[in-house]
Amino acid sequence: MAEPGTILAASGLGKRFGALVVLGDVDFAVREGEAVGIVGPNGAGKTTLLNVLSGAYPPSAGRVTFRGQDVSALDAAARCRRGIARSHQIPRPFSGMTVFENLLVAARAGGGLRGRAAELRCLDALEQCAMMPLANRRGETLGLLDRKRLELARALATGPQVLLLDEIGGGLTDGEAADLVGIIQAIRARGIAVVWIEHIVHILVQVVGRLVCMDAGRVIAEGAPGDVLRDAAVIDAYLGPSAHAHPVG
Amino acid sequence: MILLNQLLQGVFLGGYYALIACSLSFMFGVMRIVNLAHGSIVVLAAFLLFVLADRFEISPWLALVAVVPVMAGLGLLLQRFVLDRSLRGGLLVPLLATFGLAIVLDNALFESFGADTRSLSPYIGDLSYNSWSITEDITVGQLDVLILAVAILLLGGLQVLLSRTRIGRAIRATAEDPGTVGLIGIDARAVYGMATAIAMGMAAIAGAFLAMRATFDPYSGGAQLIFAFEAVVIGGFGSLWGTLAGGIVLGVAQNIGAAIDPSGFFIAGHVTFLTVLVGRVAAGGDLFRFFIRRRRA
Repeated sequence: MAEPGTILAASGLGKRFGALVVLGDVDFAVREGEAVGIVGPNGAGKTTLLNVLSGAYPPSAGRVTFRGQDVSALDAAARCRRGIARSHQIPRPFSGMTVFENLLVAARAGGGLRGRAAELRCLDALEQCAMMPLANRRGETLGLLDRKRLELARALATGPQVLLLDEIGGGLTDGEAADLVGIIQAIRARGIAVVWIEHIVHILVQVVGRLVCMDAGRVIAEGAPGDVLRDAAVIDAYLGPSAHAHPVG
Repeated sequence: MILLNQLLQGVFLGGYYALIACSLSFMFGVMRIVNLAHGSIVVLAAFLLFVLADRFEISPWLALVAVVPVMAGLGLLLQRFVLDRSLRGGLLVPLLATFGLAIVLDNALFESFGADTRSLSPYIGDLSYNSWSITEDITVGQLDVLILAVAILLLGGLQVLLSRTRIGRAIRATAEDPGTVGLIGIDARAVYGMATAIAMGMAAIAGAFLAMRATFDPYSGGAQLIFAFEAVVIGGFGSLWGTLAGGIVLGVAQNIGAAIDPSGFFIAGHVTFLTVLVGRVAAGGDLFRFFIRRRRA
């Protein structure tokens, strides 16, 4: 599993909440600079996988490694300082602070930068996410698309090597989603690995080179997006066993 | 002219209330904890300073240099062992935990120092009684002016800390959303520990001035807590300059009440507090809206 070039990996990862098994024995790896999409029906354990990778919860079994080091015992803040950033499905800007300040806290705490270096990092993240005109707006006054961009920019400001995105396209119009795809492609072009959970498959496949499909806490298919979407097990998971005649994708 | 004097003395009294209240306000603003042990902590600091002055003949001003960091250190422990654990149990548990802590502190002080009232005023020379005469009817105490100035400096310093500095922004972000800051690399517990340490350091300064301008005993904490709490509520929970305004409104109300009738001091203060509180709740209630928002987060 420790293939050269692997940046973030999970092996034998399990997560249970009491008697409820949400993740059972998941193996998952991302190479440096790679973009991986995760799909699966509701309740498949996608968000839980992201939470265990980012450190929001400790795993019940297995381990998470980042650059070959075991980070299973570290909390989200410590993993963020090492280079694992995450955005939430429901954007949570810090209200009462401007967009720029939102980024500044991230660049200083998560990126470990000070003074001018921190400010430059924030400007760069603003530019990257096309938020420069909004720099002095307060976080809570932003609309949905801008809040999602702020989530991205704030994660970028921490200087990540891996960016974990949770359904960032949800609730957007097609045009807005296209804006977002452009930003994420640019982030990827900088060599930042992206792990992206998304229900809107057609925007996902514009970015990712590999798709992982989960169901009931397990990985059921993995590979090139087209192949995964035609996989019999994937079609079963989404549409039930009788739908083979009409493949999705 | 007498009324003007009452107003002016009320403003100075308000400065004292604001000084006592600023750490209460800060802790609520950052951690949403109403620290019911605040009054007792202020009195604890006063006793520490008193022991240093009485037994070791160290000037209270010099002793503050040692007592502020000691209290800040106790603040770190308080956060780690009491507040952090109780916060996990919801909003009411820290209230109960700090209430219990107040009882423990008060009685531990009573056990060690007995029921005698003490004061630091003998140790600060003529500052405790010197005053400036403005006109024939109006004099202002030098200590009162100093207390108001320290209150303004502390509140202003906190404001600058929160709005300009690295740690201040981390504190604001954590206050806003303790669940999300981990994602940008902030350890919420460490920030809370820092905030409690700052609050306890300020409580030590408040304790010094409590002991210089008046007398105190092991059970003085309760009264300090009530006035501080009233100042914070009148000024609006979590607002620093509001706390200064709230303290002054309370002090002026008490002094005008006292000018009307000797027993009017407490009545006017409490009536003002209750009027503001009822008015707030009737107008949609900062407090209520706040608690609703907090639950969702």
